[in-house]
Amino acid sequence: MRRIVVAVLCMAAPFMARSQEESVPAFKSFDSIEARVQGCVTCHGQSGQGTNNGYFPRIAGKPAGYLYNQLVAFRDGVRHYPPMNFLVAYLPDAYLREIAEHYARQRPPFAPREATKADTATLERGRMLVTRGDGSKQIPACVDCHGTGLTGMDPGIPGLVGLRPTYIAAQLTRWRVGERHAAEPDCMKRIATRLTEPDVAAVSAFLATLDPPADPSPEKSNLLRMPLACGSQR
Amino acid sequence: MRRFLVIVILVALTVIGILLWNEMHPGPIEQASTPAPARNPEAKPAATNAITQQIARGEYLARAGDCTACHTIPTGTLFAGGRAMPTPFGNIYVPNITPDDETGIGRWTADDFYRMMHTGISKDGTLLYPAMPFASYTKVTRKDSDDIFAYLMSVPPVRQKNRPHELRFPFNKRELLVGWRTLYFKEGEFQPDPQQSAQWNRGAYLVEGLGHCAMCHTKVNALGGSRESEAFEGGMIPNQNWYAPSLTSNREAGLGEWSIDEIVDLLQAGVSARGTTYGPMAEVVYNSLQYMNDEDAKAMAVYLKALPQRDSEPPPPSSARLVQPAVMESGRKIYDKQCALCHGSEGKGHPPFLPPLAGNQSITMASPVNSIRMVLNGGYSPGTKRNPRPHGMPPFAHILNDEEAAAVLTYIRVAWNNTGTPVAPAQVNELRKLLPE
Repeated sequence: MRRIVVAVLCMAAPFMARSQEESVPAFKSFDSIEARVQGCVTCHGQSGQGTNNGYFPRIAGKPAGYLYNQLVAFRDGVRHYPPMNFLVAYLPDAYLREIAEHYARQRPPFAPREATKADTATLERGRMLVTRGDGSKQIPACVDCHGTGLTGMDPGIPGLVGLRPTYIAAQLTRWRVGERHAAEPDCMKRIATRLTEPDVAAVSAFLATLDPPADPSPEKSNLLRMPLACGSQR
Repeated sequence: MRRFLVIVILVALTVIGILLWNEMHPGPIEQASTPAPARNPEAKPAATNAITQQIARGEYLARAGDCTACHTIPTGTLFAGGRAMPTPFGNIYVPNITPDDETGIGRWTADDFYRMMHTGISKDGTLLYPAMPFASYTKVTRKDSDDIFAYLMSVPPVRQKNRPHELRFPFNKRELLVGWRTLYFKEGEFQPDPQQSAQWNRGAYLVEGLGHCAMCHTKVNALGGSRESEAFEGGMIPNQNWYAPSLTSNREAGLGEWSIDEIVDLLQAGVSARGTTYGPMAEVVYNSLQYMNDEDAKAMAVYLKALPQRDSEPPPPSSARLVQPAVMESGRKIYDKQCALCHGSEGKGHPPFLPPLAGNQSITMASPVNSIRMVLNGGYSPGTKRNPRPHGMPPFAHILNDEEAAAVLTYIRVAWNNTGTPVAPAQVNELRKLLPE
C-alpha cells in the first residue's frame, strides 16, 4: 500500500512542485494589497491564476464587478461555499471592492489545458451551445454575453476561459437546481434551467478545449447586444 | 442513559420551578405606564433634540450589546430577525424587534422592554430561551434600557412574522426554563463596586452587562447553563467548534500581562501587537466592539486586565512537551516554507499587520482547537474602522495532510520557548471533517 502511495506521489511530484510555487506565500511589502490577499493564494494562486488543486477557479482578469458581487454574496451567505463564506464573513464592502479590483487587474499566464475525455458528438454540441446557442430551446450562445473571446463583459459577467470543466459544470448545475443565484433578473438562471445535464457536460468540455486569447481583458459593457436582461449588468 | 438522566433532572426542576413560579407569577404587564417615544420626532420640534440624542445613545448601546449580529440576517432588514441560531437543543429563530405592531415590538412599552431585558420575560409573559443573553442584560440600567428601546422604536418597522423555533423534545417545552432560571439566572442591575475606580466600574458594566462576554467566555454545561464561580474561565462554544479562551488565565486570553493600549487595539481594531481576533471574536469586533468609543474601550480594557488571575496552574512540564525530533524537523520545514514569510522565522510576526506566534497565548493555550482551525481554514481578522483592510491567512486544509498539519502546529506550540503541548494528527482530523463557520 505504502509503495503505491509513493509511486503516486512520484508521478504527481512535478505537478505538485508547480502548484506549490503558485500557492506558497510571496509578497514584497507587508503594507500592500499583495500581502493582504495572502488569504486567497493557497487556492487561487499568487496572481489569481488558480492552482493545480482540483476545483478552485482562476479569478485573475475577471471583471471587478463580477468578483465584487461574488465576494459580497459569499460574505452575506447568498452564495454558498463554506470555506469562502468563512474567510470573508467580516470584511467591509470597500475592502472587498479593493480585493476584486486587484484580481481584475492581474494578467498571469494561463495554465496548460487539460486533455478532454469527451467524445466528438459532445464537443460538437458544446461548440454549438457556446458559439451559436440552441434557438429551438431558446438558449442563447455563451459568446453573446461572455464575449467573443469568452473573456467576460464589464461590469458583471465573468470570463469563462481558463476555467476547469469540473468548475463550470458544477456552477451550471448549481444554477439549474437553484443553489446559485445572481441579481434579478437572474439571466443565468433562465439559461441554465433550459440546459440538460448532457448540455452542461458538453459546454464544460468544449470550453476547456479552447486556447487562451491573446488579450484576456473583458469586453466593454454592451447592453444592446445582450439577449436577456441581467441584473448583474446594472 | 445520560440523556435520560438529563430529562429526569429537567422534569424535577420543572416541578420545583412551577411551584416557585406560581408564587411570583408576573403575568402580562398592563398597557403603557411609560409611553413609547414618538415614532416621528419631527412632529414635535421642541422635543426633537432630546429624543434624537436619546436615539443616538440607544444606537450606541445597542451596538455595545451586539443586538444586530443576532437580530439581523446579512441580506435582511435591520432587526427584522429570522436568523437561525443553532444550539445543542435545536435551532432557535431570532425574533423581529422592529417596531411593527403585528410582527415586531411595535406595541411594547419601555416598561415591557425593561422587564424583558431585566428578567428574560417577554411582554406576553413567555419565558425567553437563554440564547437571548438576559442573564447578562439583567445588569443593564433602566436608563440604558430606555435609550435602547427608543432607538429600536426609531428604526423602520418591518412586517415579518417570527419563525417558530425548531427545538427537540423536551427542550421545546418552555416550562423547563423555570428550572433553568432557578439554577442559572440571577436577576439584578449592575452594582458598582465602591472599592474600584469609576473607569473599572464602567468596564465591568459593559463587559458583564451589554457586552455579554460570559456567553462565550464562561463554560456552558450540558443544560446550557454556566456558573458564576467559573466566570470568564473559558470553554468550548456550543455548536461553533471554537474554544473561547479563559479571560482570567495568563496562559490563555488573560490580559494581565498586556498593556491597556494593546487590549484597546484588540477590542477596537481587531488586531494588536500581541495577537489578532479571529472566528467568533472577529464577529464580535466587527459588529460591536469596533464602535466603542475610546473611553469605553479603555474602561473595558482596565476591567479585563484587572480580572482576578485564578489560574495558578503552572505551564505543562517539559515532559509533556516532548516532541519526536522527526516531527519537530518536519514541522520546522513546513513552517519555513509556508508560514515564515508572514510570521517570521523566529515567530515574531510583523505586528500590527501579521501576528506573532512566539509567546502568543492563543497558540500556546491548553486547547489547540483554534490553532488547528486557523491552519486548516485560514481566516481574516475583521475589517474595522481602525483597521479597514485586514491581512488574512489562507487555508491549508488541502495542502497539508493530518500529519503535516499536526507537525507544524506542534512546532509553533513548542518552538521559541512556547509552552504549548504537541498536537496529534487525530486532533487535526477531527476538525477537518467539520465545515468552517
